[in-house]
Amino acid sequence: MAWTRKILRVNLTKGTCVAEPLNMDWATKYLGQRGLASKYLAEEIDPACDALSPANNLIMATGPLTGTMASTGGRYSVITKSPLTGAIACSNSGGFIGNEIKNAGWDMIIFEGKSPKPVYLYLENDNATLCSADEIWGKSVWETDDILHTKYQDPLLRIAAVGRAAEQGCLYSAVVNDKHRAAGRSGVGTVMASKNLKAVAVRGTKGVGNIRDPQAFIRATVEGKRVLAENAMTGEGLGALGTQALMNVINEVGAMPTRNMREVQFEGASKISGEAMLEPRESDGKANLTTNGACFGCTIACGRISTIDPQHYTIADKPQYAGNSGGLEYEAAWALGSNTGVDDLDALTYANFLCNEDGYDPISFGATVSAAMELFQIGALTTKDTGGLELKFGSAEALTKAAELVAIGEGFGKDLGLGSKRLCDKYGHPELSMTVKGQEFPAYDPRGIQGMGLAYATSNRGACHLRGYTVSSEILGVPVKTDPFATEGKPELVKAFQDATAAVDSAGLCVFTTFAWTLEDIAPQVAAACEGNWTAESMVEAGERIWNLERKFNIDAGLTAADDTLPERLLKDAAKTGPAKGKVNELGKMLPQYYQIRGWTVDGVPTAETLARLSV
Amino acid sequence: MKLTFKLFASLTDLLPKEARDHAIDIDVADNATALDLIDRFRIPRKSAHLVLVNGVYLDPDERGEANLRDGDTIAIWPPVAGG
Repeated sequence: MAWTRKILRVNLTKGTCVAEPLNMDWATKYLGQRGLASKYLAEEIDPACDALSPANNLIMATGPLTGTMASTGGRYSVITKSPLTGAIACSNSGGFIGNEIKNAGWDMIIFEGKSPKPVYLYLENDNATLCSADEIWGKSVWETDDILHTKYQDPLLRIAAVGRAAEQGCLYSAVVNDKHRAAGRSGVGTVMASKNLKAVAVRGTKGVGNIRDPQAFIRATVEGKRVLAENAMTGEGLGALGTQALMNVINEVGAMPTRNMREVQFEGASKISGEAMLEPRESDGKANLTTNGACFGCTIACGRISTIDPQHYTIADKPQYAGNSGGLEYEAAWALGSNTGVDDLDALTYANFLCNEDGYDPISFGATVSAAMELFQIGALTTKDTGGLELKFGSAEALTKAAELVAIGEGFGKDLGLGSKRLCDKYGHPELSMTVKGQEFPAYDPRGIQGMGLAYATSNRGACHLRGYTVSSEILGVPVKTDPFATEGKPELVKAFQDATAAVDSAGLCVFTTFAWTLEDIAPQVAAACEGNWTAESMVEAGERIWNLERKFNIDAGLTAADDTLPERLLKDAAKTGPAKGKVNELGKMLPQYYQIRGWTVDGVPTAETLARLSV
Repeated sequence: MKLTFKLFASLTDLLPKEARDHAIDIDVADNATALDLIDRFRIPRKSAHLVLVNGVYLDPDERGEANLRDGDTIAIWPPVAGG
C-alpha cells in the first residue's frame, strides 16, 4: 500500500511504543525496506557500536509494494548491525508477516535499547503492546508460534520469533516468521534476542490504501504478472523444482563448494538434488517433496514443503518431525550436504527442519560444521573438544547431532554457534574459515564463476549471493550470457547486479522476479504506487545510493579495503576437477576496476564527489 | 563416437528407462550435433534452455555445429533458476 507514512518506534529499555511520521524526504531517496531502513539505522546508531549492546537498533521494514497486489509483494527485511560481521545486516524474508505489518498501518518498526526482561510485541493495527515473554522464553520458534496462536485464538496472527539458538548466543541466528520463512543471514536473530525481544505478533486489518494511481497500479501489476507467468523460469521452473534445480547445474559446471570448499564437485550431488526430492521412497512410496508453496502475493511459488522418510533414523523417536514442513532450498541443501560431504537427503531435511524450528541460518551452520570437520580431520579438533562427536566429512549422524546441539546451544553446539571464522580462530587455523567479513559463503565456488568472487568480496554484508547474483548471467544466461571464467566486464556486471538488487529489495519485492523482470517492468509498478519520479534509471540511482550508504556505514564501523577479499584457498588453490580445473579466483584483476567504476578511492572509500552525486 | 547424455529437471522423463543418475551412454555419428541429440530424444527445442558440454555452456548458435568429441558429456536443462 505504498507508504503508510508511519513508523512504530519501540524503546525496549523504557517499554514505550510511539508512532511517528515516516521521513518522506528519505523515502523518496531510499524507497523503503532495505534502503530506507539502512538510512534510519545509519542516522540513528553509532556504526562502531557493539552489535549486541543496547546501542544497536533493530528494524523490521516493509517496502512500498509490500502488501499490495504486486506479485511477490510480501517481503520484509530485518536491518541491524551484524554481530557476525560487524557490518550492516539486512536479511530479507517472505511469508506473510511483511504484509501483516503493512496492513496494520506501519512502514517499519524500530526497536531501540534492551528490555530488562524478556518481552514480545503484540501489534494489532494501531495498538502496540509489549507483553511479558515468560511463557515463551526458552521455547523454540515453533512452540512460540503455537503458544501465541493459542493464546490469541487468531489463526491470522502473523508471528516472527527467535528460537533457543538466538537466546544462547549463536551468532548466525535468524528471525523466523510464519514458522518456515526466515530473515536468515548475518545473525539478525542474535541481535533481537540480545534485546530480550522474543517475538513480534502482528494482526493488521486496515487494508490497502495510499496507492498514488490505483488504476495505473492495477494495469502495471497485471502486466507484471503476465510477464512472470509467461517466462519459463518464473512461470514453470521455480515452481517445479524450486531453487534446488540448481544442485545438478552448479555441480556440472564445477562450482559446487564441497567439503569446506576444498573441492568444486560433489559426487553425491544428484542424491540431494531437486530431482531426488521428487523420487518415491521405498518405505512409503512418497517423495521427499510434498508440494510447492508461495509467500504472500507470489505468483512464482518456489517454496518447498517436504516430509522425512518415516523410517529414517532422525525421526525414529520424534513424531513431531514426521509431518510436512519447510523443505530444502538449494542453499540449505548445499551447505548441509555437499559442503559437509553428506548425501543423505533425509538427514539434510531434518537438519533444515531444526534450523527453522530454532532459528539459525543453515548456510552459516553447514559451513561452520564443514570447517569443524576439516579441523577434526587434521587433528586440530578432537572428540575431547566435541564431546565425543566424530565430526567426519560425510557423516550424516555428525551433521544431525551438530544441528541438535546448535539448536539449544549446548556442548560443542556453543562452539559451532560462533560461526566458521571464530571457530577456526579458536582452534588455531584461521585459514580454514571460508568466509568474507566473517560471514560464510553461499553455494557458488568463485573459482568457477569469477564474477561471484568479486560479488562476495565486495558484498556489504559479507559473503552473500543475494547482493549481486551474477550466477544469473554467468551460468543461467539472464539477462545475457557471460563467460563465467572471464574477468573482463565483471566489475561492471557486479555493480549493475548490486545496484539493481538493492532497488528491488527496497521496493518490497522478491529478487526472484528478476529472472523475468528488469527494472523496466518494476519501475511502472513503483511509479503507480508511490510519489516521486520512479523510472528504471531513478531506481538504479536509488540502488547505487543505497549501496554507497551501506558501504559508508561499514567504513564508519571500522571495515576497510582489506576486508574486501577472499580466503586464500580460493585465491591460490586451483580447482581440481571440472571445467574450472586449474583456475583460482582472479579477484586482484577485478577489484581495482570495481573501485574505480564505483567512484571510490583506491582504498575502497566512496569519494566526497560520489557521495555528493548520490546525495548520500 | 560415444557420448554421455544427461537430462535434468522436467526433461528427465525423456530419458530411456535404463538411464541412471539422469545419464545414459549413447553412440552417435561422428558429425552429430547437440541439436541432433535434442531432436533424437524428442526434447522441444525451446525446452533445451541450458546446454552444457563437459560443464561448459554451449551457445544456441553453436548447437547445430559438429563440435562434439568422443567421450564428451552433454547435459541439458529446461529453464531453471535459483538462488
